[in-house]
Amino acid sequence: MKTGTTSKALGLALTASIALLSAACSSKEKTPEATGPVTLIVNGQPPASAAEDRQNFDDDVKAFETKYPNINIEPREGFMDPKTFPAKLAGGQLEDVFYVYFTDPAGLIARRQVMDVSTYLKDYPTLADIRPDLLKVFSDSAGKVYGVPTANYSMGLLYNRKLFTQAGLDPNSPPKTWDDVRAAAKKISTLGNGVVGYGDYSKSNTGGWHFTQWMYSLGGDVAAKDGDTWKAAFNNDQGKQVLQYLHDMRFTDNSMGSRQLLEWADLLTMMGAGKLGMYLAAPDNVPLLVKQFKGTYADYGLAPAPGGIATLGGGEGYMFKPGLSEAKVRAGLTWIAWKYNNPDRSDEKNQKAKAADSPVGLPEPMIWTGSSAQKVKDSAVKFANVPVENYQSFAQAAGTIQVKVEPPNAQQIYAVLDNVMQAVLTKQDANFDALLKSAETQVNTILASVK
Amino acid sequence: MRHDTREGKAGSHTMAAVLTGSAAELTETLASPGRPRGRSRRQRTIADNLAAYLFMAGGIACFAAFSWYPIVRGIFLSFQQTNFVTDPEWVGFANFQAIFADPLFWTAWRNSLYFTVLALIFGYAVPFVAAVLLNELRHFTGFLRVTVYLPVMLPPIVSVLLWQYFYDPGPGLFNSVLRGLGMPTSEWIQSTDTAMISLVLVSTWANMGASTIIYLAGLQAISGELYEAAELDGAGLWRRIRHVTIPQMRFLLVVMLLLQIIATMQVFIEPYRLTGGGPENATVTVLLLIYRYAFVTNYDFGLATAMSVLLFVVLAAFSAIYLRLTRRAD
Repeated sequence: MKTGTTSKALGLALTASIALLSAACSSKEKTPEATGPVTLIVNGQPPASAAEDRQNFDDDVKAFETKYPNINIEPREGFMDPKTFPAKLAGGQLEDVFYVYFTDPAGLIARRQVMDVSTYLKDYPTLADIRPDLLKVFSDSAGKVYGVPTANYSMGLLYNRKLFTQAGLDPNSPPKTWDDVRAAAKKISTLGNGVVGYGDYSKSNTGGWHFTQWMYSLGGDVAAKDGDTWKAAFNNDQGKQVLQYLHDMRFTDNSMGSRQLLEWADLLTMMGAGKLGMYLAAPDNVPLLVKQFKGTYADYGLAPAPGGIATLGGGEGYMFKPGLSEAKVRAGLTWIAWKYNNPDRSDEKNQKAKAADSPVGLPEPMIWTGSSAQKVKDSAVKFANVPVENYQSFAQAAGTIQVKVEPPNAQQIYAVLDNVMQAVLTKQDANFDALLKSAETQVNTILASVK
Repeated sequence: MRHDTREGKAGSHTMAAVLTGSAAELTETLASPGRPRGRSRRQRTIADNLAAYLFMAGGIACFAAFSWYPIVRGIFLSFQQTNFVTDPEWVGFANFQAIFADPLFWTAWRNSLYFTVLALIFGYAVPFVAAVLLNELRHFTGFLRVTVYLPVMLPPIVSVLLWQYFYDPGPGLFNSVLRGLGMPTSEWIQSTDTAMISLVLVSTWANMGASTIIYLAGLQAISGELYEAAELDGAGLWRRIRHVTIPQMRFLLVVMLLLQIIATMQVFIEPYRLTGGGPENATVTVLLLIYRYAFVTNYDFGLATAMSVLLFVVLAAFSAIYLRLTRRAD
């Protein structure tokens, strides 16, 4: 019957043409920029489930709009999610000013998905006191700046003071070297009942992230510049030392537990459940442990990264959508400077936080230098509601320990180093030389594409 | 076996009339297969089926927007480099060359095939056997059907987290039971030797319920007379299964095998959540690599869609060959 074949063909043609037409017409809407009052779309608004934080944010929006009547803020929930970022960008839904982690700017700048705001920065004097090494994270190799840091962290040793006491260790004298960590882990793991002395990651790139931290703490690097090119820098004595420590704790002392292939949420859960003695973490883990697992601040302590030489740092900030008008860029910088980077508002912020039972007095973030740094520190001391003495050694070392950022193409490198961590933590007879050599070859290929 | 295609066409026309539910057309077709009077056949067909076409238009539009458009756009993207800001740049086969040059490319395909083969060995027969058993049982059938289907109703991430506890080499359920029985324990997902089979077990447990229910429906459609005739001929249980059940279920078995292969080649949630592709890339699959290209290591949709297109082509070619080989005139 002809109509059967014809209608089949028609149907296919109709469907295909709808699809092809839509696919070919990937048009980007260009809305005219507003003259006069500016509407600025920003994200970083806390979700409704975090009622107090949400209310504080919304109050800040109102206060900002009162102070700057020409700027209308349209807040959006959410932070940085690499799974939705490309879709938002493609669909024209990306906020004008959007949140990023320190790991994001390099890739965004290389892919030309953010806007250069260098020429406007000089008009915002508060931003001048930001630590230059943090501003560098948001810059390209030519020194052009594409965003502003608003918070930072560096890794230290987060430990359970209760388990320390139970194991006969002094919680006020946390481990200073990796040998100390090993000894403490061994003692804590004898407590039994599923308690693990020291935990570390080996999955979803977090293993590679922590291997980097290990290398920094021993004074080494994961990648180093050799002239104009980057090269892998971990296939050496320090790399072997890292693997030896991990192997000895895992298989000789049995102080790392039998379950491996752990990632970020796993160690947080173990620490929150009181089953973990120590792990490498940043200060922002402490309020998470208290809020999510109904813990108490008194139970946790922070020490500097063992070794005391260097540590891995990270943080967050805000960047600008490409194609913004000058008015919107200025509005965005005004918003960031007022809301996030405002030492003069420290007292007000800390007072609110204390009233809302949010932690005041953690040693980080600290993005400032000079008089701004002093203002922020003084305010934290004034309103502190956490046992600052539990973080004393961390805070003291923060001034001297070198904070290094992640290597270039970090996520790809971490994926390779994840395998090294997995092998050393799951195979008793892991061949360190072979593992490091193989990883070095792969990482050099990744680094070859870095400009 | 050839047969008269004219009869086939007339027969299919009658069937179309029946299927579209047009009583008027059916009456006319049966009564007078010659030229109709008044409006043309096409006009009458359209008029009688306008409502159906309108409903179909909605369905086609949804399908076009949410299935075809992403597929076609994905194919375009695989030949482009895009940052979603400036216009995409056509790069020819550069994305395909890049994925072929990735050292993990062959590892991912090998692992995906390995998972598929293991899933066939361990997971293809199990739902069918379960369905046959359920069909033979006379008591507690309702309870057992629910039990078999329950894992399917669990969100996949919940199943995976549950099995993470099962597979813990220390206090996990499986090793605790093995230790209790005095048997050697396993490293499960923490060993390169046993990681993949461990994932297959999770996937089989989580998905077999759906297949079992489908097979059960097929088994219950088999005429009882065939079994009675076989019994009268002296066939025992195994011979009845071999000579009645399996031949009657042939079509379903063939289709389910194809669907299973297509599904298992796209395994993602188990390696993503349980092993992260480890240990030492032992469980990196094609889908996991696509996810990493797009969202984790490269942020490159060109690479991700190139790999997706490759997977699509491989599975489409396989399906075409498979259906051709298994086709037979019934």
